[in-house]
Amino acid sequence: MEKLSFKLDAPTSAGGSRKQAIVGVVASGNLEVLLERASPPDLCTIDIATAAHGFGAVWEAVVRDFVARRSAGGLRISINDGGARPDTVALRLAQGVRMIEEPEA
Amino acid sequence: MSHWGMQRAALRERLAAGQRHAKGKIVPIPALPAFLKAVIRSGDRVCLEGDNQKQADILASALAALDPREVHDLHMVQSGVVLSAHLDVFDKGIARRLDFSYSGPQSARIARMLFGRKIELGAVHTYLELFARYFIDLTPHVALIAAVSADKDGNLYTGPNTEDTPTVVEATSYKNGLVVAQVTEIVAKLPRVDIPGDLVHFVVEAGKPFYVEPLFTRDPAAITETQILTAMLAIKGIYAPYGVRRLNHGIGFNTAAIELLLPTYGERLGLKGKVCTHFALNPHPTLIPAIESGWVEQIHCFGSEVGMEDYVAARSDIFFTGPDGSLRSNRAFCQTAGLYACDMFIGATLQIDLEGHSSTVTTNRIAGFGGAPNMGSDPRGRRHPSEPWLKAGAEAAPDANAALRRGRKLVVQIGETFGDNNVPLFVEQLDALALARELNLDLAPVMVYADDVTHIVTEEGIANLLLCRNTDEREQAIRGVAGYTDIGRARDPKMVERLRERGVIRRPEDLGIDPLDADRRLLAARSIKDLMLTSGGLYRPPSRFRNW
Repeated sequence: MEKLSFKLDAPTSAGGSRKQAIVGVVASGNLEVLLERASPPDLCTIDIATAAHGFGAVWEAVVRDFVARRSAGGLRISINDGGARPDTVALRLAQGVRMIEEPEA
Repeated sequence: MSHWGMQRAALRERLAAGQRHAKGKIVPIPALPAFLKAVIRSGDRVCLEGDNQKQADILASALAALDPREVHDLHMVQSGVVLSAHLDVFDKGIARRLDFSYSGPQSARIARMLFGRKIELGAVHTYLELFARYFIDLTPHVALIAAVSADKDGNLYTGPNTEDTPTVVEATSYKNGLVVAQVTEIVAKLPRVDIPGDLVHFVVEAGKPFYVEPLFTRDPAAITETQILTAMLAIKGIYAPYGVRRLNHGIGFNTAAIELLLPTYGERLGLKGKVCTHFALNPHPTLIPAIESGWVEQIHCFGSEVGMEDYVAARSDIFFTGPDGSLRSNRAFCQTAGLYACDMFIGATLQIDLEGHSSTVTTNRIAGFGGAPNMGSDPRGRRHPSEPWLKAGAEAAPDANAALRRGRKLVVQIGETFGDNNVPLFVEQLDALALARELNLDLAPVMVYADDVTHIVTEEGIANLLLCRNTDEREQAIRGVAGYTDIGRARDPKMVERLRERGVIRRPEDLGIDPLDADRRLLAARSIKDLMLTSGGLYRPPSRFRNW
């Protein structure tokens, strides 16, 4: 298991009022993403626990794009990764910020 | 030429030689080896019928069992190199030269044999090109074909899988060649006549159906959320704005996802009746929900698909069917339809380079072309206008005189940035180039040339290459949808951002696509069983796709 941590300036803060959201599952080639409103509104922190070693640079590229493209300010995001491809990670993160905008189900 | 009628005399000799092993036109199975030896001459051009679907398998095995001391140096001219017998004839020295189109399951072995100089390669063609050459310089002396049934006069019923047969018979029989058909059974009266008996010289009763590969069946259960996202991009970002009504879909999960999103996502976008009404397409099981919900008006087919026979027969309002009620397919006509009468081709590929060339050749595998390069190319001979064709032409050359401006066919390559086993879709250089060097080929086997591709769609977005004005823009547009592959990460972010502002690159968020919709619940069918139920039990999936 490799652990990675990122603290990134976020240009737009997350919408909605929901306290937390969770998307995806921990499975081979998949990942679970937990999003909580627990950072300053202009900051996004992302903690990753991944089964695949040596992909730090790709993770950094994925999370940087994510924070730049989506409304992720104010979020603390925890990722439990089962070796997902970068496109799956990007999709889950995008789904996560959309989920936390939605009213509580 | 001193004597006219020499070809006819040669045919008479072959007929007489064959007749010694036949009763009328019927060759009994035990006599097949001696019969083939009698009618095939060393050096003959032989068409052994087989493509990516149906196979004259009994005749293939019999040909491969000939003695190379008696029959050798054959020149095989055939659509598909698919069965092991197709290559056994080269291994054994019965055949020497090969002109073909498709080699899916034999792609690794054919490459080994080419490297080992076991095969003298003429060329790898598209189906339509090879058919064309049957009528010019690759006309078969002998055609070994497959049908469902025959009568004693040699009339043939080819059933739903007619495919290449009429073309092969036309080229061979009308040019004094010999036509031999394998059939499942000989009957007193055929359900319909697909091939008239006076073009067919001998018939072999195989006692079992010819082999057919269910190549176009995709299990919806295997479609991923990334593929759903990519499919939504294609529908909202290409199908809708161009209003694509006449099209061809390649095989693969990306286009299967599009087919399964039409009745859900497409419906929500109000696109019913505005896109996807007419297809040049095999009867894809994943199109059943769209057909059942009234999206599709008409489909012409290259071949059939295993298990779809009853469904197609019950939907003669959509499909071309014969007086017996079953599907009539025809590969040559459908390829022509795909080339000239469709406004879009969309399909997957294995490698795309920085110019936009794409290829399905990977190291040590030569899968051939089949029909994709024909579908996936801009027909320069097209003259009739249509809205998508004109719009694409205008995007490519906005300043040209509209009345003199060619339209453009939409040629769309779709795929995830990483394919099976995390292999990147985007590469600096195609493996096809290394292969061409190694085999000393004049041409690298490119599936779709860069100047034919109009759009590349990945989960990261759509690159509209029609709007690129120079090679730098083109390269950055490709890098800009190449995700986290090495090619994607080496993009010029500022230039990609400018391309995005101009709409050359469009991302899911630019198109208002909600990532929460990228969910398997959006598929109109989520399993093979769902497809069967949607068809009212008319679709009968092959056993390998049944897991219930």
